[in-house]
Amino acid sequence: MELLSILIWLPVFGGGLVLAIGNNRSEVAKWTSVAISVVVFVLSLSLWTGFDTSTSAMQFVENSPWIAQFNINYHLGIDGISLPLIILTTFSTILVIIAGWEVIKNRPAEYMAAFLMMEGVIIGVFSSLDAILFYVFWEASLIPMLLIIGVWGGQNRVYAAIKFFLYTFIGSVFMLVSLIYMYNQGGSFSLAALNDLPLTLTEQSWIFWAFFLAFAVKVPMFPVHTWLPDAHVQAPTGGSVILAAIMLKMGGYGFFRFSLPITPDASSEFATVVIALSLIAIVYIGFVALVQKDMKKLIAYSSISHMGFVTLGVFALFSIVEMGVDGNIIGSLEGVYLGLEGAMIQMISHGFISAALFLVVGVLYERLHSREISTYGGVINSMPKFTGFAVLFAMANAGLPGTSGFVGEFMVILSALQANFWYAFLAAFTLIVGAAYTLWMVKRVFWGPVTNPEVSTLSDINNREFFILATLAVAVLVMGVYPQPVVEVMHASVVNLLEQALTTKLPL
Amino acid sequence: MENIYLTIALAPLVGSIIVGLAGNRLGRTLSHTITILGVAVSTALALYVFNHHVLEGGEIFNQNLYTWMQIGGLNISVGFLVDNLTSVMLVIVSFVSLMVHIYTIGYMHDDDDYTKFFSYISLFTFAMFILVMSNNFMQLFFGWEAVGLVSYLLIGFWHHKESANEASLKAFIVNRVGDFGFLLGIALLLMFFGTLDYAETFALADQVNGQTIFGDVSVITVICLLLFVGAMGKSAQVPLHVWLPGSMEGPTPISALIHAATMVTAGIFMVSRMSPIFELSDVALTVVMVIGAITALFMGLLGIVQNDIKRVVAYSTLSQLGYMTVALGVSAYSVAIFHLMTHAFFKALLFLAAGSVIVAMHHEQDIRKMGNLRKKMPITYITSLVGTLALIGFPGFAGFFSKDMIIEAVHFSNLPFANWVYYAVVAGVFITALYSFRMFFLVFHGESRVDHHTEEHLHETAPSITAPLIMLAIPSAVIGYFTIEPMLFTGWLDKGIYIDPVHGSLAALKEHFHSAMTLITHAVMTLPFWMMVGGITTAWLFSLHKIEWADYLQKKFHRINYALESLYGFDRFNEIVFVNGAKKLGNLLWRVSDMAIIDQLMVNGSARFAGFVGSVIRPIQTGYLYHYAFFMIIGLMLVLTWVLVSGDNPLIRLGS
Repeated sequence: MELLSILIWLPVFGGGLVLAIGNNRSEVAKWTSVAISVVVFVLSLSLWTGFDTSTSAMQFVENSPWIAQFNINYHLGIDGISLPLIILTTFSTILVIIAGWEVIKNRPAEYMAAFLMMEGVIIGVFSSLDAILFYVFWEASLIPMLLIIGVWGGQNRVYAAIKFFLYTFIGSVFMLVSLIYMYNQGGSFSLAALNDLPLTLTEQSWIFWAFFLAFAVKVPMFPVHTWLPDAHVQAPTGGSVILAAIMLKMGGYGFFRFSLPITPDASSEFATVVIALSLIAIVYIGFVALVQKDMKKLIAYSSISHMGFVTLGVFALFSIVEMGVDGNIIGSLEGVYLGLEGAMIQMISHGFISAALFLVVGVLYERLHSREISTYGGVINSMPKFTGFAVLFAMANAGLPGTSGFVGEFMVILSALQANFWYAFLAAFTLIVGAAYTLWMVKRVFWGPVTNPEVSTLSDINNREFFILATLAVAVLVMGVYPQPVVEVMHASVVNLLEQALTTKLPL
Repeated sequence: MENIYLTIALAPLVGSIIVGLAGNRLGRTLSHTITILGVAVSTALALYVFNHHVLEGGEIFNQNLYTWMQIGGLNISVGFLVDNLTSVMLVIVSFVSLMVHIYTIGYMHDDDDYTKFFSYISLFTFAMFILVMSNNFMQLFFGWEAVGLVSYLLIGFWHHKESANEASLKAFIVNRVGDFGFLLGIALLLMFFGTLDYAETFALADQVNGQTIFGDVSVITVICLLLFVGAMGKSAQVPLHVWLPGSMEGPTPISALIHAATMVTAGIFMVSRMSPIFELSDVALTVVMVIGAITALFMGLLGIVQNDIKRVVAYSTLSQLGYMTVALGVSAYSVAIFHLMTHAFFKALLFLAAGSVIVAMHHEQDIRKMGNLRKKMPITYITSLVGTLALIGFPGFAGFFSKDMIIEAVHFSNLPFANWVYYAVVAGVFITALYSFRMFFLVFHGESRVDHHTEEHLHETAPSITAPLIMLAIPSAVIGYFTIEPMLFTGWLDKGIYIDPVHGSLAALKEHFHSAMTLITHAVMTLPFWMMVGGITTAWLFSLHKIEWADYLQKKFHRINYALESLYGFDRFNEIVFVNGAKKLGNLLWRVSDMAIIDQLMVNGSARFAGFVGSVIRPIQTGYLYHYAFFMIIGLMLVLTWVLVSGDNPLIRLGS
């Protein structure tokens, strides 16, 4: 078995093992889970060390027939776009498993198993090179999350779980239809073949919107975002972390892997619509986040707003450059790279920051069982160490330079301005609104006099919580101070992607 | 040299991290020793660097440390640009920071978060060094926002005070409004220059000059205006000044360090640094000058009606920042930096002296409850007098030279509106003298209005407080006299600042300049001198001898008084329009658009629709076999009828 397969199946079967160990031997189950997740993370790092940054070709490729009648293959491989997301997945899973350690008292083994299985499935999503294989992993990822929300969630968990499931499921069914359509045209589900499949603008438009529905729901983009606040509020902390840190990135990844290369002309045609929706997400959702009373809802809305930068960064490219008749790209290449790589950086950074913020809320929730901002106030008095972390992550969320939150937004704003001054103008609004909703929450939760007597009895974070938050703090700071390694890994793939996005598929 | 620059920047950072992480274990003495040592190292090295660059004429240092990001052909690095301008800033920042560090030992003596405070001010010093040493816009923006972060943390340092938390939030958000413009300016600059490196940008300035955006607006003008919006936020120019008075909620040492001497002058520094592009746009320069003049005049007026000792100094700072901005507008960048320097010393002094009074008064800040403190606090009294004389521009004191040069530079400017601005800055001299001496007399002279209990314990403050006062009083008195000639006319700042010959203010100043001594001896023949004397006299009358006149005027001109006391309504306007407006808009979007329309109507609506369809067809799914058989027969009959009635039917063809 090769590396990618191990990364997918080790956590999936490892999850099975944890299930077999069972809730009754929860200590063994927990240690097994953490061991598996650490092994998977270490193995995923060897993807990084073994990765050749000079090429855009798929690496660590595996290919064997799966359903031969329909030419469906078990085809795996990664490039610079999938690699960072895989590492993000393996990294977050460790944190989530440790974060659930003492907190999950109900069915702990099953809880851990669900996260391990989810990890494998999501790595499958990010490494599939066959559209049907991708689709299977894509849909399979819903199941563990549905269970996590439905079993370990809050009061209204069933509503949230079903809403989450139906929303994302309906979105992706149309993707399946368009995949089958393209199979009928070209006889293959291989992504490479789909990238080369000539399609008329009408065909591309249908396929583009089918894909769009699937990816936009996941990201989520305005106006198909309303499942996210409900899902987050009801999900247990770990569920929220994985949801925000990784599952949303599946949508962004879809735009990179499917929309741009498979339907380049339709992407160009409808780029303005996507940009408009992204800007609405950034500004409109920013204002919505401002008035939230529930911390998790606030962070959920903040996620939607930040993910707007991803879609903005991707689709701004069509207003910056175009393909010249001689096959040379006209326009500022740097402007486009800033947008595409900024979108990627934004996804990874948001993975760290949203994870951290949900964990921060989780720490408070475990102590006082309330997510309401008004319950708190003056938390710094009883939890000074914790407040230090919380303020750091809040600042990162507000895009403070020196943290990863700045890098992606900075790059995308620089890029968007080259597409259109007013795109950048609206996107930069996040500097003000983002700071306002984040720091206003910090003010009401952490500063000020203690009004709720329970707050003064809070105990500061324990070693386990300290470890998790410190790990994320290091990640956030390192990426803010030195983002070059991440940018370097993806550059060749982004150059290749740009070429594909600008090469027309229309018959001349 | 690279290691020296690196040490200057990192020494305070290392101190900050050590004390920040382990302050509780290290204890107070060790904590303040470590941070003070860090800043002292920086100060010593800054003096060395100053000597190397300014006095010995060393080569400009411009080198990247590491590549932050390489995107295609675009390189964004972290690096240092150290020239004469940077060297001057390094000395100012490190010296004031060192004084404030020492002062803090006494001032924060009783505070529980003593070590945290030291960690913060060292972190601030690091961020400020990064800002002034940057050689590119990304790093500038980093330093720019990092000082804002520490400012936020320090304004809200006493986090149990609701007013402090509100002020810190306000400061951060208002600064972000400035940064919003600043970032767009950087983005636009990248688009047209293709680089974020200073040197490369300046080299391309002539090439980009003449290009247009939005139809026929000069790109350079738009870039300069956007960058200046950033400067307006950080350097608190109208209408983005509203955060600075609130920042007085923070402990006094940071008011001196951050909100008087260093951070708020970042905007002035930035525009000076960008002189090669600002020089290309007369429109931008005019805007800069006019905004500066408005700030200088109208913020000074507010100082007259304030009764909080720190707020008087804060409005004075706003007004002085306005003066510096005016100097930038008339292309007298070195004069702006000169005033920045003198102001850093005397304003830090005034704040620290105010802090000394506050400590002695047991944290009473209302000057109406003070009076006649000169006997009890002689050192604070004398140093305050020096600071006040420097501020109002008394001949010979530091502020005299710098302010006089600004006024003269405006006089020689040929920009539109320069004549109006001239009146504003001259009138400002009267106002400065008036509010400064009003406060000075109310605090140190006249009848004591101190309450009995405080009076008994009133005495001069500890040496760690008074020593920095003395150390700052010396440059406040003499530095202008010694540095005016080299700084403005004989080349200390020539490297790093570019002036288009069209803008002849500074050249004209140079032509008329003989010596610092002649400026003093000729002072009595100038208008600003008599404005100053008028201001002092008015202050003396109204605050000491004819207090009833002040009351009479307040009643007589109650509308003006109301405008001043309500701070021209800026806060009220912002509160109603922006703060409440944003909340209302957020609620509207959330409750109406998000929850009602999208979620209830569309999402749950489709779910209900599906449910409705289900409820309609549910009755026919009874589960009884005979019902289904019955429906099958009906269906079959319908199909057969259709087949028989229509002649051409696919089913028939299928069968045949």
